[in-house]
Amino acid sequence: MSAIVHLRSAVALIGRFPALAGVNLDVHAGEILLLRGPNGAGKTTLLGVCAGLIGLSTGEAVVLGEDLTRNRRAVRRRVGLLGHDSFLYQDLSVVENLDFWSRAAAATVADGRAALDRLGVASRLFELPVHSLSAGQRRRVSFAAMICRRPELWLLDEPHAGLDSAGRDLVDGLMSEAATSGATVLFASHELDRAEHVAHRSVTISGGVILDETPPSTETRADS
Amino acid sequence: MSQSGGVLSDALLVARKDLLLERRAKIGIGQVLPFAILVLLLFAFALDPDRGILKLATPGLFWVTVLFSAVLTLQRSFALEAEDGILEALRLSGMSPAGIYLGKVTALTIELLLLEAVLVLGVAVLYDTKFLGIPLLFAIALLATLGIAGAGAVYGALAARLRSRETLLPLLLLPLLAPVLIAATRGCEVSLEREAMSGWPWAALLGIFALVYLTLGSFLFRPLLEDA
Amino acid sequence: MTTTKIQSASTVSPAPTGTGSRGTKVLGGFALVFLIIAVVYGLFISPPDAQLGNTIRIIYMHVPTVMAAYLAFIITAVSSGMYLWKRTEFWDLLGSSGAEIGVLFFAVTIVDGALWGKVTWGVFWRWEPRLTTSAVLLIMYIGYLAVRAIPADPRTRATRCAIIGIVAIVNVPIVHKAVDWWRGLHQGKTVLGTIDPEMGGTQLFAMYSALIAGLLVCVWLLIHRFRAGFLAERASDLGLDQALEERRLESSPATGEDA
Repeated sequence: MSAIVHLRSAVALIGRFPALAGVNLDVHAGEILLLRGPNGAGKTTLLGVCAGLIGLSTGEAVVLGEDLTRNRRAVRRRVGLLGHDSFLYQDLSVVENLDFWSRAAAATVADGRAALDRLGVASRLFELPVHSLSAGQRRRVSFAAMICRRPELWLLDEPHAGLDSAGRDLVDGLMSEAATSGATVLFASHELDRAEHVAHRSVTISGGVILDETPPSTETRADS
Repeated sequence: MSQSGGVLSDALLVARKDLLLERRAKIGIGQVLPFAILVLLLFAFALDPDRGILKLATPGLFWVTVLFSAVLTLQRSFALEAEDGILEALRLSGMSPAGIYLGKVTALTIELLLLEAVLVLGVAVLYDTKFLGIPLLFAIALLATLGIAGAGAVYGALAARLRSRETLLPLLLLPLLAPVLIAATRGCEVSLEREAMSGWPWAALLGIFALVYLTLGSFLFRPLLEDA
Repeated sequence: MTTTKIQSASTVSPAPTGTGSRGTKVLGGFALVFLIIAVVYGLFISPPDAQLGNTIRIIYMHVPTVMAAYLAFIITAVSSGMYLWKRTEFWDLLGSSGAEIGVLFFAVTIVDGALWGKVTWGVFWRWEPRLTTSAVLLIMYIGYLAVRAIPADPRTRATRCAIIGIVAIVNVPIVHKAVDWWRGLHQGKTVLGTIDPEMGGTQLFAMYSALIAGLLVCVWLLIHRFRAGFLAERASDLGLDQALEERRLESSPATGEDA
């Protein structure tokens, strides 16, 4: 089986600080992998590397078949990243943001609307500027802007943060659905009871390295 | 699959987005424009209108005012892109860097031209200027503004993520725009018939400046977006 | 913090930290010889100029400094382009060294130009095309050094500087043309910064030895600055292996923080 994400001895520097200090990680197609670990462990950097945003200083990284040490740009359009930042223009309305970001990613405006629908963003919010939304609503809009690109690899940094329980259920549902339909999900979370429920497998990252590398076969990989 | 949009459509998308942002937030019309008019007033206070210096210096004062306003407009235009992880989102979007650059330049040029149009009215009223040589004036305004926006977008993007961007951008940009100030001012003086010579060489110099920096910016925006 | 210490220490006295080499010593020797020749001929042996009188002696200094400054900035521009292509530390360091040395020589140019102006015109500053161009360019490259001084990821800093290096050099002929035309409206050309073809033998000799001395000093400084920068980079790299080790150790004692 070819891995969707394949990292070997990956070292990534943020300035001169080694945020990743030799990561070995494989994520397989259709898998939902939970990335756990304390603050500052390197979770966000790892997601950034997989998205092709952060380069490696040494090591191997192949994501979606693209060798990131050669070309980091090719993979970008095929991944969706939900980060700490909203990735939204605060002064534009919800639909204006979605229109822009869907067209920027070569999706259609209709994809954007469908994604908003899918995230349960009420249509009364559509014309409001993003800065007037609550944190949870904004998170849903960011999520919509991510999935309208139909990414093959989902990279989610704390996807549950700031959401109410309905929102969290929705996110869990979306992740499972994405995995069933062939996408792969890598997400970082501190909400372990919830996250472990939806994840097929989990690994712990700390001090810039993966601690427990459990092969997917031994873990309770959902048979259903 | 990878570069489906193309440079031109990316540029249009970004330009439309920037103009929409201005329409929503109204920073240009609500803050930069009043500032520019204020500068015109300040010049009048500093150079007593009755002594004729103001009238003599009108083209220069006009373009200095435009340069200061352009710095503010650029700060705003790129501060927007540096917030909320937008730069990362732009890199992830797969849009062509040259397209993003040309889009920013287009929106900036339109905004600055509108500002100049209002400032011209201001100059006409406050400094009692009579306009002659209209075609030359138009050519100079358009080419100078393209040059300001073209060079400004490169340094605006470069400074956007620096903590000291407010002080650094003018330091980097204004010396670069010195030839624009010279050529635009002299060109306007010619068209206002204050200098007896042809003004078109000045327009040509502005055109060359704009062309050089638009070309350079289109190439430099990729490393700028990726690594700077 | 340590990096700046190393840089300044080694620029002042190259020997202990090793920015000097046999090559630079020979080069420095030649520079010194030509400097002495230039001083002796420029100040004592050559006669005063028919039109300029003794002020021609300032021009013996002015032309070399401005030439050296342009040489340094051309090196910066080429290095900037090469950096964006090759992405190697070599080109980054060469580019930033060039900018620093260029600013130094440009500052000297403006000072000796102003002195010449004081003697010739009675005022320190006239809007003479070359002086004006130099002033604008000086500030442009001070901007480069300001960006260089901002702490950042090495690759980020190098990219920023390379972009400024390219954008700035392209502006040089445009500024020059604009200023030339602008001043052309009001006054004729001055001789400041040009080599007069009617110069006599010893005058010409003084001029050319000063020119060679200026360029040699420029290259000599450039090599030392480059090596100082290189050592500073190595000094900051020293911590990397240790940082990696420490980073990996973070995981063992306090894993259970929020897990």
